[in-house]
Order: sequence, then structure tokens, then C-alpha cells
Amino acid sequence: MPLTKEQIAQRIARELRDGYYVNLGIGIPTLVANYIPEGINVVLQSENGLLGMGPFPIEGEEDPDLINAGKQTITTVPGSAFFDSAMSFGMIRAGKVDLTVLGAMEVSENGDIANWKIPGKMVKGMGGAMDLVASAKNIIVAMMHTNPKGESKLLPRCVLPLTGVKCVRKIVSDLAVLDVTPQGFKLLERAPGVSVEEIKMKTAGKLVIEGEILEMKF
Amino acid sequence: MNKTVTDAQEAIRDIHDGAILMLGGFGLCGIPENCIAALVTKGVKRLTCISNNAGVDDFGIGLMLQHKQVKKMISSYVGENAEFERQLLSGELEVELIPQGTLATRCMAAGYGMPAIFTPAGVGTEVATGKETRTFNGKDYLLEYAFDADFAIIKAWKGDTDGNLVYKETARNFNPLMAMAGKVTIAEVEELVPAGQLDPNNIHTPGIYVHRIFRGKNYQKRIEQRTIRKVNQSK
Repeated sequence: MPLTKEQIAQRIARELRDGYYVNLGIGIPTLVANYIPEGINVVLQSENGLLGMGPFPIEGEEDPDLINAGKQTITTVPGSAFFDSAMSFGMIRAGKVDLTVLGAMEVSENGDIANWKIPGKMVKGMGGAMDLVASAKNIIVAMMHTNPKGESKLLPRCVLPLTGVKCVRKIVSDLAVLDVTPQGFKLLERAPGVSVEEIKMKTAGKLVIEGEILEMKF
Repeated sequence: MNKTVTDAQEAIRDIHDGAILMLGGFGLCGIPENCIAALVTKGVKRLTCISNNAGVDDFGIGLMLQHKQVKKMISSYVGENAEFERQLLSGELEVELIPQGTLATRCMAAGYGMPAIFTPAGVGTEVATGKETRTFNGKDYLLEYAFDADFAIIKAWKGDTDGNLVYKETARNFNPLMAMAGKVTIAEVEELVPAGQLDPNNIHTPGIYVHRIFRGKNYQKRIEQRTIRKVNQSK
């Protein structure tokens, strides 16, 4: 069975290390906050100007002045700090943020990512994605392995306009965990019940398979 | 030095057709609601608006779009606005989409008196088209110019009559940067106090950057994505 969105988030959460400052993008990446492992302390950065993002508020405690980068109402945790947008992207550019998790429409075998524009269809803008991918030390992409037509989104080269070049380090898709290496996508783990053959078939970019590929456990 | 004006109408009195404006806020959070309403009433046209977002259909800069007052938007993200998309696709509206950090830093550069900055955001993408690239320590950077805006229109939480400002939570966002960057900076605040009543240790924007300040009225502070959790749910 391919992973659910929650399971993708859960698997990515295992990559968190104690003391990490983490920026979570909109969509599946946001769900990672729900699965932070016991004993691991991370600080969530929201690029609109907050370190120490907490869970959504309970009803009646929504504060219009307190939102995340997805414009959702949120709360803060003890020890949080507010700052302006230049400082926010300054800390991103300077490499202070340890891990960035974001979604993608396409990733190429050399780590290029496309996630902001579909020419003629979607003209919403890149937001902070280009800044994040250009500077983050470690980028994990959460994505579906294929599009609704069943076509691979892990490609030799991105077709859509790029968000950043040679920046993705790891991909957690609904089918597999893969590292982006100089040799191509290196298969590390597969979703429970998903065969290596299926992953091969659904990966258009170069796929490196070495040894036995274990199933993820949940 | 008293910077106070009576209301938004007086604050924006000399904003003219074709002006280049900076408008603070992120989404609908920390936007200058009173000044936007006054600009709509005044009916100035052909504006260039530098703002992270373009509001929603019936609020924020979306109101100015509805009245076809905007010639060009310079933003990082313009989703959630159908009228915007319509005007863009029909060619009525010119749009320059730039990375959010680049937008913030081009404001910052203007406020710090620097003509340009280098940033890696957009290297290797269509954002880099036609831009000068320089390599520092083996990494490529784009040259991006400081903005040059006629007016910065911003919103703060508290201000004093000298123009010192304090922002609240994530409503800070682009506001202090734009405050520093405008040739004329107009600040609307929820609470206006006599100079001397704000703690000098906690001023976010010193009054030197602010030319006009007034207490705004009837703030709606709309929430774009009201998201809540159940009481017993931890996350």
C-alpha cells in the first residue's frame, strides 16, 4: 500500500534530530509537526517571522495577528520569538535553519525542484520557496511519486519551471524513501507492500538500487 | 517632532496617479486597512504596488484591484484572488513575481541606503533571466536592486506621536522594512500614545523613518485560514 499523507509526514519526522531548527512548507510538510518523536526537541520556523510555532489554537483563541506562512491561525510555544521578513530570510540564507521540508510537483535526478508554476495554468507565485531551496542546508521533499495520470514526478530533468537547482537531498514519496546522489535517485526504503519493481516502473529518472530494500514500518 | 495626522484621508492626501507604493502585511495580517480604504475612496489610478500578496477578492489590495487602480503588482505570492488572476490573464494587470526573501531584502536594502544586494534565491530559474550573476566562495548569487518607492504605507500595533512604532506578533512581517524604505512613510496604528509613553528599549521602528502617523479605525483584521484544533488534541 502506498503511504498516506500522514505516513509520509510520519516518515519524514524520523529525520528530525534534537536541537534542529526546521521550516515546514505548506501541505504534507505541515503535518510533520504532528509526529515529532518523543525526546526530540525541534523549533519550528515560519518564514513570515516566527521561531517557536505551536499547534493550531483552540476555538475562540484564534488571533488574526498570529499566523503561519500558509496564513493559518497558529499559536506559539514557550521561548518563541517574532521578527521581520528580512531577518527571517536572513536566517534562512545564512544557513541557521537545519532542515527544510517542502512539497514538489517535480524533482529531477540531479536534485532540481519545480513547485511554483504551471505555465498557463497556475500563476500564484513562489512565495519563499526559492529562497528556502537556494540556501537550506538540508532539503527533504514530500511528494506523490506520480501525478494523477500515473506519470512519474521523479524525472531525468524537470519539465516545469524550476524553483531551485541541485538542492534536494532526500525524497519521501508515497512509494519510497530516496536520496538524491551524484548517480541519481538512490532507493533506500519502500512503502509496505510496494515492490521494488513498481518503484522502478514509476521512477522516470535514474534509479540506483543496491542490496536489499527494506519496507518502512509504522 | 509631532508626526500625527487626523486620519487616513489626510495621510494619503498627496498620493498621486502612477505612484509607486509599498504596502505592508503578509496575507491579510498586518495590512494598512484604513489607508487602503482611503486609496479606494480617493480613486488614484495606475499604481505600482510592492506588497508580498495582493489581498483577497473583497479585502486588502483586492479592493484596489476591483476598482482597477493597480497597474502593476510586485509580489511573491498572489493566490487566493480570482479578480487578480482574471486581470492578469486578460493583460490588464502587470505582475512581477519575485522570491519572498528577495522582496524583503530589496526593501531592507532601500532602508539601509544600499543600492543592491546579492542573493542565491532564483539562481538557475526564470527569475535569474537578464540579471547579473556573481560567484562568491564557489556559489552563484543574483544582483537584485533596492526598491525605490514613493510611499510606504504600513500598519503597526502601537505608535507614538513622534512616529516610533511597535508591531504585534507576525503582523510585523514586511512592515518595519517598508517603513524604512519609503521616501514618505505613512503608519497607521491601533493605539496612538503621546511620545514618551513607549519603552525606548522596545521600539521596532524608530520615528525617524515615519513621516505621518494616525490611529486607524474599525479594524476588521480578517483571518484568511481559520484553523483550529479540538481541545483534547495535542497538535
